[in-house]
Amino acid sequence: MTQVLLVDDEQIFVNTMGKRLSKRGLTVTKSFSGEDGLAVLEENHHVDVVVLDVKMPGLDGIETLCRIKSKYPLVEVIMLTGHGTVETAIDGMKEGAFDYLLKPCDMDELMGKINDAATRKSQAEFKINEAKANLIALRRGD
Amino acid sequence: MFDISYYRSLTRSMIISVVLVSFAPLILISTIVSYKFQTAYHQKVIDHLEVVVEKHKQIIDSFLNERLAEIQILTDSIPFSHIRDENKLELLLSDLQKFHGGMFVDLGLIRHDGTQVAYAGPFKLDYADYSNAPWFQEVLLKKSNISDVFMGLREIPHFIVGVLFDVNGEKWILRATIDFVTFNQLVENIRIGRTGLSFIINRTGKFQTQPRLDVSSEIPAILNLIASQTGQEKVNITDVRPRGIERDVIIASTPLKNNEWTLVFLQEQKDAFSSLHEARNLAMVVFLLGGVSIVIVASWRSRRIVTQIRQTDHEKDMLNKQVIKSGKLATVGELAAGIAHEINNPVAIIVEESGWISDILEDIQEKDPISVEDRSEIDNSLEQIRTQGVRCKEITHKLLSFARKTDSTVKAVQLNDLIGEMADLSEQRARIANVEIIQKLDPNLPGITASPSEIQQVLLNLINNAVDALEGTGGVLTITSHTTADGLNIQVQDTGHGIPQEDLTRIFDPFFTTKPVGKGTGLGLSICYGIVNKMEGDITVSSVIGEGTTFTITLPLDSMRTIHKSNAKKQDSNSQTTERPSKNKEGGGL
Repeated sequence: MTQVLLVDDEQIFVNTMGKRLSKRGLTVTKSFSGEDGLAVLEENHHVDVVVLDVKMPGLDGIETLCRIKSKYPLVEVIMLTGHGTVETAIDGMKEGAFDYLLKPCDMDELMGKINDAATRKSQAEFKINEAKANLIALRRGD
Repeated sequence: MFDISYYRSLTRSMIISVVLVSFAPLILISTIVSYKFQTAYHQKVIDHLEVVVEKHKQIIDSFLNERLAEIQILTDSIPFSHIRDENKLELLLSDLQKFHGGMFVDLGLIRHDGTQVAYAGPFKLDYADYSNAPWFQEVLLKKSNISDVFMGLREIPHFIVGVLFDVNGEKWILRATIDFVTFNQLVENIRIGRTGLSFIINRTGKFQTQPRLDVSSEIPAILNLIASQTGQEKVNITDVRPRGIERDVIIASTPLKNNEWTLVFLQEQKDAFSSLHEARNLAMVVFLLGGVSIVIVASWRSRRIVTQIRQTDHEKDMLNKQVIKSGKLATVGELAAGIAHEINNPVAIIVEESGWISDILEDIQEKDPISVEDRSEIDNSLEQIRTQGVRCKEITHKLLSFARKTDSTVKAVQLNDLIGEMADLSEQRARIANVEIIQKLDPNLPGITASPSEIQQVLLNLINNAVDALEGTGGVLTITSHTTADGLNIQVQDTGHGIPQEDLTRIFDPFFTTKPVGKGTGLGLSICYGIVNKMEGDITVSSVIGEGTTFTITLPLDSMRTIHKSNAKKQDSNSQTTERPSKNKEGGGL
């Protein structure tokens, strides 16, 4: 089951969206700031996709993204933004975000992107595992 | 902005300054040169006159002395018997006349008592008695004498040269009559200019030669002048009008014949200094023409400069207003952007909550179905919440697009979409102005690579101008797009009053505006022109008074452009900006 971490300072928005995503079969973890999000990732290593708001007080979206990608490169991040920060979201994609979405977003669209992101992550993990297996096999001298 | 009287006063003071600065040295130099020239020329005329008169004085003195000497030689060298004999005297006269032409009229031998005893000449003057003649007295007194001109017995003007000589203790006088005409010509030869004339007078003012013109009325004044110069042998020249002479003349006089006669030369100053006067008149004409030219040029240039200053002031004023307006716009833009962004989050929550209600409703429906009507009502209501949320999103989206600083980053754009957006943005204003916006867009219009912000700005400017033109009267604004051989063609057409021909040529000039003060900056169309030009496109205007105005923008297709190619190369190497959104578009994200 895909595990999703929602990071946004708008608590009501996060709660409602969390409930809707859960209803659609996703495991949802909520956090209300960049720092909280990073703490969650620290504890929970099963998060597949992070839905990250760009504009937040404290650690902003881009900074949080950079830290996530440096520590957990396989975790996919979808940026969420108002129109005013599209450029920031694009900057985020340069930093390795999977995609971005404009608020308010269509649930089906968001689900589609989360699934795509999760697929990419699982593919990457699969390739890594395959590579690891090959490496072990090589070491054994098979 | 200064008022009109300021510019008038500026023009006036500039003209006065230029004229004064130009005239001061001109007048100074003219005065100095004129004074120097006049003095030099005056001196030259006087010097010339002095030389001429001096030379003639010598000629006349020589003439008289030679005649006297010739008679003297006769008395010294010819035997008395020859002189005494009338026949021989005739021969002597004819010899003299052979040498000197008709200068010697006759010869006569006179006894000491005044009786002429021998005579050779054309008159019958034998035994004439000269004892009372003044010239006879003078000869007795001075031994030799040249007489004044007088009529004498023959009633013809003449003068006599007489010499006293001694023969065996007896005194005799040989006299010769000198032809007046010959002598007169000698003096008359001094002719300078048109009015110059010369004559000889004796001490009493009696003419010794016949002047060409009648100057007898001026003789007393001339005599007074000569009297004041008595004792001076040189030539006296005066150009100050003496009392008794009614015209401005130069008078040159010099004594002759041991101060008995005076050679007088008279010339009108106007004539003597005619060249000077001509030069002065010419200089005056040149000065006047120069002065008039200076005044005209100063006036013309000053007016032009002041017009330019006025225009610059106007432009500066407009620029100031524009800067203030830009500042206000930027502030309003930032405010709008902030508000739009803040509204976006609540709207997102509203949409999300309605989605959640919808989700819950699905669950309820499964457990405890509600009536179809109620369900339909709730669905409609939720759909409305969602639709209005999306509408709010679009409003904030446009507001943010507009408020954002113009971004010249190029990307793939669909002109029809931008036209639609800008028309929507102006819809409200157009409705108030009673303007109907009609879009006739070619659905097959190819996309181009350009800065959407810049195209938005151009379109918005043209649409706003058209709405302005229709304000008050209302009308139709038609926006057309289609493809031509030159590229993409967009027309913004209104049914307003039209633009006069003289304004059409200046319509893209910066700061040119026909809108009331404070309404238009005159920059909109020039910015449009600049943007379209940068895109290698073209913007033209056509207008018919009473029918309306059409602005036509032609933008080249990507394949026709040179800038795009070079930009594309640059972006390939360092940016994904233009690529990422297209990817999103493909994914349907935006």
